[in-house]
Amino acid sequence: MKLRPRKRFGIARIGVYAFLISAAAFFVLPLYIMLVTSVKPMEEIQLGNIFALPVSITFEPWRDAWSTACTGVACEGIRGGFMNSLAIAIPSVILPILFGALNGYALSFWRPRGANVLFGILMLGAFIPVQVMMFPLVRILATLGLFSSLPGIVLVHLVFSMPVMTLLFRNYYASLPQELFKAARIDGGGFLRIFFQLMLPMSTPIVIVAAIMQVTGVWNDYILGLVFAGRDNLPMTVQLNNVINTTTGVRLYNVNMAATILTSLVPLTIYFVSGRWFVRGIAAGAVKG
Amino acid sequence: MSNVCIRNLRVGFDGHDILNRLDLDVAEGEFLVLLGPSGCGKSTLLHSIAGLNEVMEGSIEIGDKDMTWVDPSERNIGMVFQSYALYPTMTVERNLSFALRIKGMDRDEIERRVKRAAEILHLESLLQRKPAQLSGGQRQRVAIGRALVKEAGVFLLDEPLSNLDAKLRTELRRELKLLHQRLRSTMIYVTHDQTEAMTLASRIVVMREGCIQQIGTPQAVYVQPENLFVAGFLGSPCMNFLNGKLANRQGTIHFLAPGFEIYMTSYSFRVTPTNGQTVMLGIRPEHVHIRESGAQKGVVTMVEPMGNHHIVWIDCGGALMSCLARGEADHRPDAEVRFDIDAERACLFGADERRL
Repeated sequence: MKLRPRKRFGIARIGVYAFLISAAAFFVLPLYIMLVTSVKPMEEIQLGNIFALPVSITFEPWRDAWSTACTGVACEGIRGGFMNSLAIAIPSVILPILFGALNGYALSFWRPRGANVLFGILMLGAFIPVQVMMFPLVRILATLGLFSSLPGIVLVHLVFSMPVMTLLFRNYYASLPQELFKAARIDGGGFLRIFFQLMLPMSTPIVIVAAIMQVTGVWNDYILGLVFAGRDNLPMTVQLNNVINTTTGVRLYNVNMAATILTSLVPLTIYFVSGRWFVRGIAAGAVKG
Repeated sequence: MSNVCIRNLRVGFDGHDILNRLDLDVAEGEFLVLLGPSGCGKSTLLHSIAGLNEVMEGSIEIGDKDMTWVDPSERNIGMVFQSYALYPTMTVERNLSFALRIKGMDRDEIERRVKRAAEILHLESLLQRKPAQLSGGQRQRVAIGRALVKEAGVFLLDEPLSNLDAKLRTELRRELKLLHQRLRSTMIYVTHDQTEAMTLASRIVVMREGCIQQIGTPQAVYVQPENLFVAGFLGSPCMNFLNGKLANRQGTIHFLAPGFEIYMTSYSFRVTPTNGQTVMLGIRPEHVHIRESGAQKGVVTMVEPMGNHHIVWIDCGGALMSCLARGEADHRPDAEVRFDIDAERACLFGADERRL
């Protein structure tokens, strides 16, 4: 039997490509406009042709955005915000991973009485919008004396990340053989020793996934930072908003674009470097229940 | 070296009893094999001895100490798992020394023990490797070594060879037997493989649905099965069974079945048989002898050559008998053969499935 040669460009194929290209353009075009605008001097921008390539390239807007743009009264750029975001993100990535891993480990291997109920409640927490819990949380943190402070915002991030982190690690540990845990129990390992010496060293793939999710989540957060961080610790996203909303005279589109790109640089880098892991993490969280 | 003593043990999950009122004594230095089909509770029993299952009732003593509620790590046991359960991020050396390091043993002693275990199990050249870099047989040896270094009173082995290919399995089976002969430590071994049970055990415990069917030496369990289940479970090919009746004719007992009349004079009855009693006769393939002067006859349906012997399947009026034939005799399908049944070696089972 002779195989019929396959048509390379059928109508269906062309349709698929057309859809994919327009979908890609939908996401790439804004990025292109931002990049192009951020290196144009203001006179060029005012010509109104936002798709045009820059005639004379200038990096002035980037420098301004970083160090001299006005965020409200102060005009120190978003540099401070970058440092604040870093100060928030580092503990807000390490602590949730540690506690999420510990939770998942306890749920998967030690299975305390009522573990499933507790886990169910934790999962329920993931479905309640953050805004609902905002006011009670403000009161609680104020009572604890943590409101408007770095430990305060880190604690809030920790609490809100617990459902997803726990789910992630619980599913990962559930895929490991129970016999491994039993062997360690017979060898005399206790709760913490088995965790730190056996389970955590085996968790590298899922730790990477969790770190990616947590870095992007914390870095992109706006509302929690705005409410809980306090004036001295405002993250980059909040400062970016201030840069863009502060208008004295002309709206500096190029500076705004540069500031926006600078702000999104960290999650963007993470996506580019580790997209594969990120997808894997989502799959791990979604498929295994 | 310790003995193990289990009394009135009840273990269950989610309301289902897996073991109920089970008693078992394991002597010091014994190689006890728990044998049974999957789901018979043999692994549950082993895990209960290890302390990995919660016990509902009864007691477990190891080395004359009550261990029913003691943490697994305090029971003075070493365990080998079916999946090896090696710690993947640690080298062989650290796998072996893990338990000792937790105990806080001093370095020289740890080194001495690891070295000795590595020597016994031929692991010296592999100490710096990770489990992923080992073959199946090497992994299993590391798993055994991990139990060995603890110099535990009791070794618990949970189907340790079932993940290996056939050749390696026989090889490691021999090594395990030599190891036991050398160390003389108490070993409790779970398997569903009767060959492993027969070759390794000093005593076999045959289990079914959470109950012990028979405990005895491999020979005793094979030759004098307590009931129909044990008789059918051990032996390959399986024991032949014939439904029939007993008849008492002038003091001699006969077994009667369509096409069969067998004198049971040499059979030593444990229970006095009654005339006309419904029974089942069990006869192992090696006790069916094909010979021209044979009293029974049938038609060959199939021959399975096994190299040093062959299995001849004989159809005798509806009942299919397997016969283990040695030598060069050439049996062809559809040929008529005559054979004898060695009544002295046969087993008779009553209606309650127990041996008469």
